Amino acid sequence: MPEKSAGALAAPKPEKKYPLPKISAPRVPRGTLYRGREGMWSWVLHRITGVAIFFFLLVHILDTSLVRVSPEAYNAVINTYKTPIMGLGETALVAAIGFHALNGLRIILIDFWSVGTKHQRLMFWIVIGLWIVLLIGFVPRQFMHIFGGA
Amino acid sequence: MSVTIETPRAPRTVRRPRRFNVEKWGWIYMRASGVVLVVLIFGHLFVNLVAGQGVKAIDFAFVGGKLSQPFWQIWDTLLLWLALIHGANGMRTIVNDYASNRLLRVIFKGALIASAVVLLVLGTLVIYTFDPCPAGASPADLASFCPVK
Repeated sequence: MPEKSAGALAAPKPEKKYPLPKISAPRVPRGTLYRGREGMWSWVLHRITGVAIFFFLLVHILDTSLVRVSPEAYNAVINTYKTPIMGLGETALVAAIGFHALNGLRIILIDFWSVGTKHQRLMFWIVIGLWIVLLIGFVPRQFMHIFGGA
Repeated sequence: MSVTIETPRAPRTVRRPRRFNVEKWGWIYMRASGVVLVVLIFGHLFVNLVAGQGVKAIDFAFVGGKLSQPFWQIWDTLLLWLALIHGANGMRTIVNDYASNRLLRVIFKGALIASAVVLLVLGTLVIYTFDPCPAGASPADLASFCPVK
């Protein structure tokens, strides 16, 4: 029998000093690190955009309810939505909704698609790509409406 | 007399009362409503902000034209209910995460439920009791299909 296995079975001798195994954190622990990576930032952005959209929704239901008060009351409030500052606000709102919607679909794919978790990082960048395409389509159009004469 | 002896090593059966699991159904609701909301909200945004003159075209007559059609009544009702409950449930999650004080949690969630119920009732009533051609309004503010008085 080789000496190795015999030694392993023998009772450990307390007086013998074994060198402690050197364990150090890998220099680039990206593979398993959640914090600070795409997974965390998508979660942070999903929360921030979600809260922002929720508070807009509260206001938006109230302002639309003014159609039940009078045409003048509704028109007075909706006209403030057409000013340049509110136009920029609508741009931010669409940007927030666009991210929340696309990342929400990514979350559903992570939950239900068999290889969703494996591809979550790639899907985050696909979300960002689609979001940029969405904004390239929307922002110039919105700026034409808000800042253009027509 | 026969005696029934339990099967040896039978797993202990824990009887749990079959209760409605709020967290499970909340989780399912967020995903189910989310998929529908993507369609409803992008449609809403396109019609109101992109098509035609965008936000500049929105006024009482524009809303009157939309809400006089059953299609947009149903669209907006679904939008109202799905979005507000989705948002309120999301806020509930955030309250659970960040409000460490029990009393604060109760207050925040009470405010969420109260505001959601009030706005759901208000919004639904507005959609279904809305008159696109109210009497006494200036004809210039009304949709073109309103009878001239």
